[in-house]
Amino acid sequence: MREVKDFHGDFPLLANTMNGKPLVYLDNGATTQKPESVIQAMCGYYGGCNANPHRGAYALSVQATDIYENARVRTQKFINAPKPSEIIFTKNATESLNLIAYSYGLTNVKAGDEIVITIAEHHSNLVPWQQVAQAKGAVLKYIYLEDDGNLSQQDIEEKITEKTKIVAVTQVSNVLGLVNPVTEIAKKAHSVGAIIVVDGSQSVPHMAVDVQAMDADFFAFSGHKLLSPMGIGVLYGKEKLLDAMPPFLTGGDMIEYVTEQHTDFAELPAKFEAGTQNVGGAAGLTAAIDYLENFTFERIESIEKELLDYALPQLRELPYIELYGCDTRKDNKTGIITFNVKDVHPHDVSTILDTEGVAVRAGHHCAQPLMKYLQQNATCRASFYLYNTKKDIDCWIAALKKVRTVMHL
Amino acid sequence: MNLESIYTELIAEQSRNTANKHHLVAPTVTSQGHNPSCGDEITLELEIADGKIKDASFTGVGCAISQASTSMMIDLIKGESVEKAKHLAELFIGMIKREITDDEALEELDEAIALKNISNMPARVKCAVLSWHTLDSALKEK
Repeated sequence: MREVKDFHGDFPLLANTMNGKPLVYLDNGATTQKPESVIQAMCGYYGGCNANPHRGAYALSVQATDIYENARVRTQKFINAPKPSEIIFTKNATESLNLIAYSYGLTNVKAGDEIVITIAEHHSNLVPWQQVAQAKGAVLKYIYLEDDGNLSQQDIEEKITEKTKIVAVTQVSNVLGLVNPVTEIAKKAHSVGAIIVVDGSQSVPHMAVDVQAMDADFFAFSGHKLLSPMGIGVLYGKEKLLDAMPPFLTGGDMIEYVTEQHTDFAELPAKFEAGTQNVGGAAGLTAAIDYLENFTFERIESIEKELLDYALPQLRELPYIELYGCDTRKDNKTGIITFNVKDVHPHDVSTILDTEGVAVRAGHHCAQPLMKYLQQNATCRASFYLYNTKKDIDCWIAALKKVRTVMHL
Repeated sequence: MNLESIYTELIAEQSRNTANKHHLVAPTVTSQGHNPSCGDEITLELEIADGKIKDASFTGVGCAISQASTSMMIDLIKGESVEKAKHLAELFIGMIKREITDDEALEELDEAIALKNISNMPARVKCAVLSWHTLDSALKEK
């Protein structure tokens, strides 16, 4: 088995320095670095295979079509969707979730209906539902948290009712890093006749996902958080739901036949893929899935757990470090550590870490309602991936120890 | 980038200085400044009479740079005419944008010149100018 330091070399950017220090990249919750194989797949597409897919009757276009459709099949198998036509390519999870909200939500939600989401949602799985609720006169309800950061079991039981039409929940919170019981929530949603939308942005990169096993009606994620290029995202939807939905965007490539006053739309998946798509991104996504499957999620999970077990006890020893989402009573913590340095604003913390070459996120993490709920204006977040090492943790913690001194505290 | 040139003792002290952090009894203008990318927000309160800023204060949360910048700004504008305050805002924003670099021209900014080095940190520029932009929009209505 290759050591972590060996596959570090697969990621050219990780050899860079930041502010004159070796780069310690701990912002994987925001986006991940790309392996050479993904970069090559992108370059290979644009350097050798670029043409508009689905259109030209010439060999190059056929090749581009094959690359694009192969990415769909690879993605389908990757998350165990029943059919390739249930995989819609978008630009990111945000667009996937908006597609569901605007197409399914606006069509199926009526005045007085209820949409249930959790307080731990990223804005991308929150604002679209707020928009639908406002447009249709529906009620937006929240599942809040237990004292250990997990979703309130009581809220899951009580807030999802006969009035609920849509339940939208993230599989892993991008702030707390806790895995939510989506299979159980899906069961509850289905028992009242609601559909469930799962945001997989923070789960798909780190664990094996099976959309059929969890019985998700819709499942969304971004490619760039799992080693792929930015600008390629995925929406999985059950065929019978997607078939009944109106298109989200209309125009080229999503039609069957257009006359002056009428359009017949194409079948799935083309119905939801208007205009020229991100074929280079799809080629990159295929290479990323190859990389991850070769690596195995078992290995990824064990690396991230080891880093977590290495970092947490050290952080707990520092009296000025406050941790969020790190006291779960379940065995469901992923490699995301959200923290604050007492008396120091997170942006000052991240600036100080930056000068030591350590990249962490600071701010509200696109989860302002959760921040408000946690009574924090902002926090810092370190998030791990398969290429992070104990040495990265050492650099991060050493830099943290300097923060209060720099701030003259 | 040199941390000591950013987090100077003056800025660290000013960031924790609460002398200007309170509500006014009778503000004539209240203006909110907000940094959507980080969620920081300040509310600026001004008591303006006869074209003069009789009193000023702020409330809100933010990083050391934005808090220090706000505190120093209030020290500077208190007792000054609205026109002078507008001029100072122009000067400060110009300094951070590196449009005004002449030290002599910047002298009027007094202690706030300590934030000049922020212009070397693109990620933090918005923290330094938050309060000044808030002031600028508050005075525009006047």
